[in-house]
Amino acid sequence: MSNTLFDKVWDSHVVQQIEGGPDVLFIDRHLVHEVTSPVAFLGLKNRGVEVMSPERTFATADHNTPTINQHLPVEDPLSANQLKALEENAAAHGISYWGLGHEKNGIVHVVGPEYGITQPGATIVCGDSHTSTHGAFGAIAFGIGTSEVEMVLSTQCIMQPKPKTMRITVNGTLGRGVTPKDVALFIIAQLSTSGATGYFVEYAGDVFKSLSMEGRMTVCNLSIEMGARGGIIAPDEKTFEYIKDREFTPKGAAWDKAMNYWSTLKTDDGASFDKEYTFEGSTIEPMITYGTNPGMGMGISGGIPMADSLEGGVATYKKSLDYMGYKEGDSMIGKKIDFVFLGSCTNGRIEDFRAFTEIIDGRKKADHVTAWLVPGSHKVLNAIKDEGLLDILETAGFELREPGCSACLAMNDDKIPAGKYAVSTSNRNFEGRQGPGSRTLLASPTVAAAAAVMGVVTDPRSLV
Amino acid sequence: MAYDKFNTLKSSAVPLPIENVDTDQIIPARFLKATERVGFGDNLFRDWRYNQDNSLKTEFPLNDSRYSGKVLVGGKNFGSGSSREHAAWAVYDYGFRCVVSSFFADIFRNNCLNVGVLPVQVSAAFLEEIYTAIEKDTNTQLIIDLPTQTITIEATGTSESFDINSYKKDNMLNGFDDIDYLMNIKEQIGEFAKNTPL
Repeated sequence: MSNTLFDKVWDSHVVQQIEGGPDVLFIDRHLVHEVTSPVAFLGLKNRGVEVMSPERTFATADHNTPTINQHLPVEDPLSANQLKALEENAAAHGISYWGLGHEKNGIVHVVGPEYGITQPGATIVCGDSHTSTHGAFGAIAFGIGTSEVEMVLSTQCIMQPKPKTMRITVNGTLGRGVTPKDVALFIIAQLSTSGATGYFVEYAGDVFKSLSMEGRMTVCNLSIEMGARGGIIAPDEKTFEYIKDREFTPKGAAWDKAMNYWSTLKTDDGASFDKEYTFEGSTIEPMITYGTNPGMGMGISGGIPMADSLEGGVATYKKSLDYMGYKEGDSMIGKKIDFVFLGSCTNGRIEDFRAFTEIIDGRKKADHVTAWLVPGSHKVLNAIKDEGLLDILETAGFELREPGCSACLAMNDDKIPAGKYAVSTSNRNFEGRQGPGSRTLLASPTVAAAAAVMGVVTDPRSLV
Repeated sequence: MAYDKFNTLKSSAVPLPIENVDTDQIIPARFLKATERVGFGDNLFRDWRYNQDNSLKTEFPLNDSRYSGKVLVGGKNFGSGSSREHAAWAVYDYGFRCVVSSFFADIFRNNCLNVGVLPVQVSAAFLEEIYTAIEKDTNTQLIIDLPTQTITIEATGTSESFDINSYKKDNMLNGFDDIDYLMNIKEQIGEFAKNTPL
C-alpha cells in the first residue's frame, strides 16, 4: 500500500487507537519554554507525578526575555518570576535548561535544529504553534496547549485526532528577490488564514527541494498561519548534511541505524492526499501583508484588493483595513513605515541576516525608521559577528540586539507603539500583536531591509 | 485540570459577529505572564473591551449590558493563531461554557475541550439564524444539549446537530481529562517507548 510521509511517521507513533476518539500519540521530543509550561508543571505537582522522560525534554527561555542587557536581572517582576519558575521546574525534574545568558539560549524553534534535537521521522511538540518549523526535517511537529504540555511531561503522549493530509506542490524556480518567506505568504494568501485547518501539509516540488534547510524551516514555520497543524518536507541529502555531527544527533552505529529509518521517509508513488494544490514558482512576487491576518498578503507591486472582490466577510475585511489605516485599491509601494523588525522563529536565522545585510550594504538606515534586529539564538548572533555582518550593519546605522522572540509577540519591552507601522519578518500581523495598537506588515528580510533604508515600502528588486 | 461537567446548557448568548478572531485578541500576549491559572477572564478580549486609558469600549458586545449569558457566538475561523491555552482559560474564567461558531481553528478547539469549554460548530446559515434571533431579542435562549449533540434556538424551535467524538463527549459529560486516561495506560506507553527508533 502506498503511504504519505505524514502517515508513515504518524502511524509509527500511535500507542493506542481509541474507538470513536483520538489516537494516543507517542512524542519523541518535547520543547518547553517559560510561558506555556508553568501551569503544566503545577499540574504535575498537584498529581504527584514526575516527568516521564527528562532526556526527551528540552527547555529554553525566549518568549518574555529582554533583548538588551541580558546580563542584568530581568526588570519586569512577572517575567522574572516566570523565568525563575522554568529554571526551578527544569532543575527539579532533571531537564536541560538553556536559560538567559546560556550559550545555547535562543528561540526554541531556532535552537532545536541548531543542536540536532530536531530529527527526521520524530514527533516533536511544544506549547507554541510555530513548532511546525521542525517539519522542515521530515518530522511531525506541531504546537499544543498547556494541558497537552502536562500530558507529555507526565506520559510522553498526547491524544490527537489524526489530521487529514494535504500536499502543496510548487514547481519551477523562483524569481529574483523572491525568498522562502514570499513563497509561504503567497500560499497563505491563496488558501486564506483557515484554508488548511484540519490538515497536515506536505510541501513538494522543485522549489522546496531547492531551498536550504533554513528556507524550509521558514516555510514550515508558517504552516499554522493557514490553519494547518503542521508542515512537513521529505528529508534528503541536504537534511542529513545539516543534522550530521550536531550535539544531539546520533553518532557512529546509531547514525547508520537512524539513516536506515530516515531513508524510508518519503511519500510513496501513488499515495493519495485528502487535498492537493499546485502552484508555479515563477508567478510568485516578493510579498507583503496589508491587513490583520497573514492571509491578507499580496505581491508587493499590486494593489490592496477591493472588498467586493471577496467571498463574504466584507465587514471583517473593512474593519481590518480601518485598523491598518489603508484603503481598498491602495498601492503598498511608497507607504511610509516607522519600524523594522528582523528576527523571530520565522526569519531569525543566519541566512535571514545575510539577506538583510546584502540589501543594506553600502546604504544607510532611513533616519525616521527604528530598526530592531534580533538574532534567533546566540549561535546566530555569533555567526553575524564572525561573518563580518555586524560591521556592515553598524556602518549602515543599525544595532544588533540579544536573542529572543522580542517584538514578534511583544511580551517583553520590544513593543511597536500604537498607530505605528512596522515591517516585520515575523509571522503574525494580528491587531496589537506587536504592541497595543501596532500595525504590522509581514514581509521577508529582503523586503524589510529595503523598507529600512528607504523609509517606505519598497520593491527590493529595484535595489539590486 | 478538573472542570465542571457539561450536560445541557440553556442560556442567553453574547454575539461576536467577527471572523478570524485570533487568540491574540482573546488574550493578548502581555497577559500571559502568570504561573498559575487564575484571573485570565479579566483580560478576555482586553484590547477590544478597553481603551488604552482602561476606559470601557461601550460598543463592544461584552460591555453591552443587553447581552449576557454562558454562550459566546463568534464568527467563522474562531480561535486562530497562537496555541496559548490561556485563551480557552480566559473564555472559561469569564464565565462562558460554550463557544458557537461556523468554523474553529484546530488548536483552540482542542484546548477548549481540554478545559471544559464546549466548542459547537454549526452551519453558516444556522449561525446567521442565531445572530438574527439575538438581534430580535437579546435575551434569546440557546439550548445546547450535549447528550443528543443538538443546539436549539428556543424562540424559533430551530435546531441543528453538532459533531464531537464519543471519547471527548464522554469526558465532557463526566468532567474527565486526558491526563487521567493517559496515566492509566502509562505501562503500555513505557513498553512502546522501548521500541522507538529515536
